[in-house]
Amino acid sequence: MKKIIKRPRALKDVPTHYCPGCGHGIAHRLVAEVIDDLGIREKVIAVAPVGCAVIAYDYWDFDCSEAAHGRALAVATAIKRVRPENIVFTYQGDGDLAAIGANETLHAANRGENLTVIFINNAIYGMTGGQMAPTTLLGQTTVTTPDGRISQIHGYPLKISEILATLPGVKYVERVSLTSPPEIIKAKIAIKQAFKNQMDKIGFSLVEILSACPTYWGMSANDALSWMKGTMSKEFPLGRIK
Amino acid sequence: MNDKILMSGNEALAEGAIRAGCKFYAGYPITPQNELTAYMAVNLPKAGGIFIQAESELAAINMVFGAAAAGARAMTSSSSPGISLKQEGISYIAGAELPSVIINVMRGGPGLGNISPSQSDYFQATRGGGHGDYHCLVLAPSSVQESLDLMPLAFNLADKYRTPVMVLSDGMLGQMMEPVSVHSPQSTVHSKKLPEKKWALTGCRGRKPNVVKSFYMQEGGLEKFNLSLQKKYSEIRNKEQRFEMTNVKDAEVIIVAYGIMARIAKSAMQDLNNAGRKVGLIRPVSLWPFPKNAFREIEKSKHFKSFLVVEMSYGQMIEDVLLSVADKSKVDFLGRSGGGIPAEAEIIDKLKKIIRR
Repeated sequence: MKKIIKRPRALKDVPTHYCPGCGHGIAHRLVAEVIDDLGIREKVIAVAPVGCAVIAYDYWDFDCSEAAHGRALAVATAIKRVRPENIVFTYQGDGDLAAIGANETLHAANRGENLTVIFINNAIYGMTGGQMAPTTLLGQTTVTTPDGRISQIHGYPLKISEILATLPGVKYVERVSLTSPPEIIKAKIAIKQAFKNQMDKIGFSLVEILSACPTYWGMSANDALSWMKGTMSKEFPLGRIK
Repeated sequence: MNDKILMSGNEALAEGAIRAGCKFYAGYPITPQNELTAYMAVNLPKAGGIFIQAESELAAINMVFGAAAAGARAMTSSSSPGISLKQEGISYIAGAELPSVIINVMRGGPGLGNISPSQSDYFQATRGGGHGDYHCLVLAPSSVQESLDLMPLAFNLADKYRTPVMVLSDGMLGQMMEPVSVHSPQSTVHSKKLPEKKWALTGCRGRKPNVVKSFYMQEGGLEKFNLSLQKKYSEIRNKEQRFEMTNVKDAEVIIVAYGIMARIAKSAMQDLNNAGRKVGLIRPVSLWPFPKNAFREIEKSKHFKSFLVVEMSYGQMIEDVLLSVADKSKVDFLGRSGGGIPAEAEIIDKLKKIIRR
């Protein structure tokens, strides 16, 4: 039998710790495939997030740094400035990038740092047990919004990609989703573009990936995908933003 | 050869860092250390380094984390309230064992306090400051010349032990100007015998991937790591005690003071020495590790009566002095804070009272 697809070199052959239906496994693999395709595994330095993907470096087979909660883009800024010849990217969740790290995100983007950002948006805090995120949808129930997110009390879902797209230092922003094979292929193309931009010294590039959290959404994996397609993608429209 | 130039303590810290091979600086403005940031903005790029004015103290210290992870000699500076904000990052730097230098030009606190000189961050500097079981190596200059001279040592110790090193100055020392010899023997780089940074993030060409982290999920993993940290701290305690002793041999009373306070205390000591009084001075240069060895011999002397600890705080270093003498000696205290500075005359009055006692 002919092997038509294999494990990317940049992804270790180890068991996953992610919940069933979680998007991190797919997103990790897409990043690893892109790094293989571009032949940059030995040049890449990743900044791993705080949250469910904190041990991303247990899966990826290249140099990685941790960062304190929200500080990934400050850490990445310095790594890239010290080693401009390396390819530096951050992999961050919505709490990390849009809440506690909003300041670091805004200013690294505004400085136009030549970095690649993989932004996983699952509209909830996973690792800490399903609390409201800045990206939580209106009406969405979480352990800290038991009656659903209410705009008058909790504010509105924060559209970080649209905000960043207004900054002159930001060169590329695209929102993709991990709901179906065609969407996953689009996600890979966007991730590749974001890495290519850095290689071509074009500047700050961010890919927002809508990703499922069936565990804390309280849904089956299938229902989670339907909710992403039907509800979440309405609040966070897919496609190129800048 | 007269190679002296006039500079402020803050500028001397910056110049010393550049001479020590600092290649990355990130900082956020706060008084009374702004001359340091401005000096770096002008002079670090000329020396082939990278200067970034960060968006906050948190970003600045985490930029230092990143630059150190990438293998550069990296530094930040701030003053008391800003250092409090940096504590999260300092804890992560200690946990990831990244060599880096942090300067605190202390001002009055707590809270916003004021911009007057103070020494009230001693506990924060020497006890960890952030969360977790860690220490920073802490060095305290007491002149503008020493502000310059201690910087290569600070970077070398950081690299040798893969640990954050804090240099503790204050608003008076930072802003006063003195003639400085920029070619003093101490001001050159002594980086021989330092370990290669094989752990640094450079891209994994020809080797297994490196991971810079302080996260240990597996049961027992963190305890094992923390024990290795403690072993390192024990080595630092044994090998890196630094102090200066003046006229202690026949002294009845010995002043213990550090930083700019030691300069004032020294004048008081000299005044009393000139009047025939037996007064000496111990000046800790390393605050962590605290130079306990300095106290060992003195307590055996027949002439010795007591220590007088003088601080620009209401008593912080005095706890280390008490631990060092372990109740065997009498320890007196003179301290002011919030911008108040113990004057030479106050110290002399106190010493006279102690001698008469």
